[in-house]
Amino acid sequence: MDTPLACPTRATSARRLRRVPVLVLSLLLSPAFAAGPAAASSPAAPSVPDTLQQRIAACVACHGTHGEGSPGSGFFPRLAGKPAGYLARQLADFQGGLRQYAPMEYTVRGLSPDYLREIAEYFAAQQVPYARSPLPPVPAQALRRGEQLVTQGDAARGVPACARCHGSQLTGVRPDIPGLVGLPYDYVSAQLGAWRTHTRATVAPDCMAEVAGRLSTSDITAVSAWLSSRELPADMHAQEAGSVQPPLHCGVLAGNGAGT
Amino acid sequence: MKWLLRVLSIAILLALVLLACWLLRPLGQVPVPRSASAVGEASLRDPALIARGAALAAAGDCAACHTAQGGVPYAGGRLLPTPFGNIATGNLTPDPATGLGDWSFEDFWQALHSGIGRQREPLYPAFPYTSYTRLTRDDALAIYAYLQSLPPVHRTDTPDELAFPYSVRRLLVAWRALYFREGTYQPDPQRTATWNRGAYLVQGLAHCNECHAPRNALGAVLPDRFLAGGEIPAQHWYAPDLSTQAHGGLAGWSAQDIVDLLKTGQSARGAAFGPMADVVRQSTQHIGDDDLHAIADYLSALPARASPLAPPAPPGADQLVQQGKDVYRQRCADCHGADGRGVPGIYPPLDGNVSVIEPGAINAIRMVLLGGFAPGTVANPRPYSMPPYAQQLDDTEVAAVVSYIRHAWGNRAGAVSPQDVGRYRHTPED
Repeated sequence: MDTPLACPTRATSARRLRRVPVLVLSLLLSPAFAAGPAAASSPAAPSVPDTLQQRIAACVACHGTHGEGSPGSGFFPRLAGKPAGYLARQLADFQGGLRQYAPMEYTVRGLSPDYLREIAEYFAAQQVPYARSPLPPVPAQALRRGEQLVTQGDAARGVPACARCHGSQLTGVRPDIPGLVGLPYDYVSAQLGAWRTHTRATVAPDCMAEVAGRLSTSDITAVSAWLSSRELPADMHAQEAGSVQPPLHCGVLAGNGAGT
Repeated sequence: MKWLLRVLSIAILLALVLLACWLLRPLGQVPVPRSASAVGEASLRDPALIARGAALAAAGDCAACHTAQGGVPYAGGRLLPTPFGNIATGNLTPDPATGLGDWSFEDFWQALHSGIGRQREPLYPAFPYTSYTRLTRDDALAIYAYLQSLPPVHRTDTPDELAFPYSVRRLLVAWRALYFREGTYQPDPQRTATWNRGAYLVQGLAHCNECHAPRNALGAVLPDRFLAGGEIPAQHWYAPDLSTQAHGGLAGWSAQDIVDLLKTGQSARGAAFGPMADVVRQSTQHIGDDDLHAIADYLSALPARASPLAPPAPPGADQLVQQGKDVYRQRCADCHGADGRGVPGIYPPLDGNVSVIEPGAINAIRMVLLGGFAPGTVANPRPYSMPPYAQQLDDTEVAAVVSYIRHAWGNRAGAVSPQDVGRYRHTPED
């Protein structure tokens, strides 16, 4: 991945930048020459594209120009193609401190709901191929347990099947439910863990907190491993709205099939 | 000699008893029940008064402290970090049990003007009554009427988290004797009405000096350093000197630059970020143009400052600056320009930017680490942003680029060391 530059739309890695012919460089960085004797009388500032992508340099520096995240490490989550309602909700939850990660809370805290919505829609609309991430060694038995939890749930522990909400192909449901496949193991297990420790929460009733609270730590490993090892369906788009009947009442789905 | 010892011990004992009585005496007036208030309940429901109070409360930025993250505005519960511990903010909504529902205007005035609570206790000056004491009674009444018009929120008090001896509230009586001067703003007849209006806002309601001045070891702001800039205690941001004259933090700023920053979050001279971004978003963008111009007029008349002493260059500073030039070219010049002039209305200039050249370099270091958006305001609802570099640059690279921008173009501020950067890398965001 290219190292993001201050202006990602003109993102050129530092190494490449040095190879750019001086003429082009001077066009890009025209103010560099403005102070010189040969400069035009009115120095021109760098021309800045009036695009959302340019405005959200703070976002794309970590999450990638198209929201691809950092597929290798999984540290910065992929945003591309996640449902817009879901992404906007996450931004609002960072603002409200329900979802806790100080750099994100700091970055979004001064932005209006309209702007956050626009940013969410930008990333939701990005089409980026899904990359496979390395899977830690897990015993076959754990994978079987993971598959069971994802596809059937565990009635004895009150855990519904993931697919009941996240879609039959686990690619999410528009506009509010994210997909679960195509994500790194580390990311999925970290999120389930965060729900258990309440560093990730959302508006009440917080049904994911309920479900995560009913999973044991070995269940979290099992679910995360099975989900991240799964072959990806050809169509990774989130299913259409209203195509699932959530078995729990979820605050995040208020007005959009809130469940039963 | 025995009698002398005895007299001395009695005198010391007596002095201690007197000191204790002085510290423990009830302060201020007995609380006034609302039914006995001189302010009629019906008059509080005047929509014009409430609207004026809403505007004043916004200008005073009351909600900034009296709102927990994700909480109901004005319902309190936020923990304010101070060097002495965390102080919880109160509930300003009219809930009788946990808010201001039982407070008469007389009680409210005593808190705002004298810093004394309804139990006749001294209030911690994290509540800036040190500035609010300048407010007129009319303005306080409008704010009171507005707060009483809010929907009541029942919220159990959050306890303070103060270390001993600061947890002994009564010791504030001594602090008050040393540092608190009560009194409404007295207009200066030698000055224009605009200047006086600006002074009233800056010194009182907008309480600028609570951040934009250094504090001593006891957390007090000293009169001779008024608006002279200082590190905000426990927040680790630098609030700059506000003089626009020679060697002032805003040297070269026009009145319009000040108005622009307060109204939009950006000006031709710099952008608001960190705590000031919140102030602009929640408070100053809502202040009317006349008042913003009055504030600018007042700040423009602040005196020039003494020329700062050149700080000693840390070892290896030259090499750092050279390395920083490369980092700047690769990471920063695209937006801020190789000449450090930025892009008007979008990216702030770094040449002459007070946040770049302020004494401690805290803001420049933290901006490079954190990046972030200019505040979203009515005038600038879709702000541009700066990438955070905490993940991409190590302490030496950050120190290099900050040292470079502090020394490039017309800037002549001291270099910073990688250790300085390391100190702020793990500072909480606010």
